[in-house]
Amino acid sequence: MNKSDLVVSLDKKMSHLSHRDVDTIVDTIFNRMTEALVKGDRIEIRGFGTFEIRVREPRLGRNPKSGAKVSIDTRKVPFFKTGKELKERINNGS
Amino acid sequence: MTKAEIIEAIYSKIGFSKKESADIVELVFDTIKETLEKGEKIKISGFGNFVVRQKRPRIGRNPQTGEEIEISARKVLTFRPSQVLKSALNNKA
Repeated sequence: MNKSDLVVSLDKKMSHLSHRDVDTIVDTIFNRMTEALVKGDRIEIRGFGTFEIRVREPRLGRNPKSGAKVSIDTRKVPFFKTGKELKERINNGS
Repeated sequence: MTKAEIIEAIYSKIGFSKKESADIVELVFDTIKETLEKGEKIKISGFGNFVVRQKRPRIGRNPQTGEEIEISARKVLTFRPSQVLKSALNNKA
């Protein structure tokens, strides 16, 4: 299911809202979450999971094709941890 | 950041009541959870993909007692951040 499928599915459940509103809402949610992560904030969505930023140390990598050494700078990566409720639902689901 | 701040953003941006904004945000996450529960993936362009993966049973060990135990087959949820999100975090966007 991609973002537009999600909007369509939500549309059916929220008949009082226009498709455009639902689209804006979904965009706003993920834009806000992106902004929070960019600021280095941790995101906690109860029942869903948490997102946090982890810092990867710089290291020396290799170009797998040429074998040349390349330095890989320190970088930030998002890390998601599934919430307890969702973890259980995924395992008991069909 | 918690759900409350997301609700606040919807409230100030779209002009719904606080209650309505809270219900909507709840519904969005509920729908995502229902989809994942069915084993279907969720792809949010610009953010990332949530994918349910099947893990096979394996032998683990109780780190305290050293006792071997079987870890049952299970499904786990993984998040794969999009290139857009990864770049944004590293000021390359």
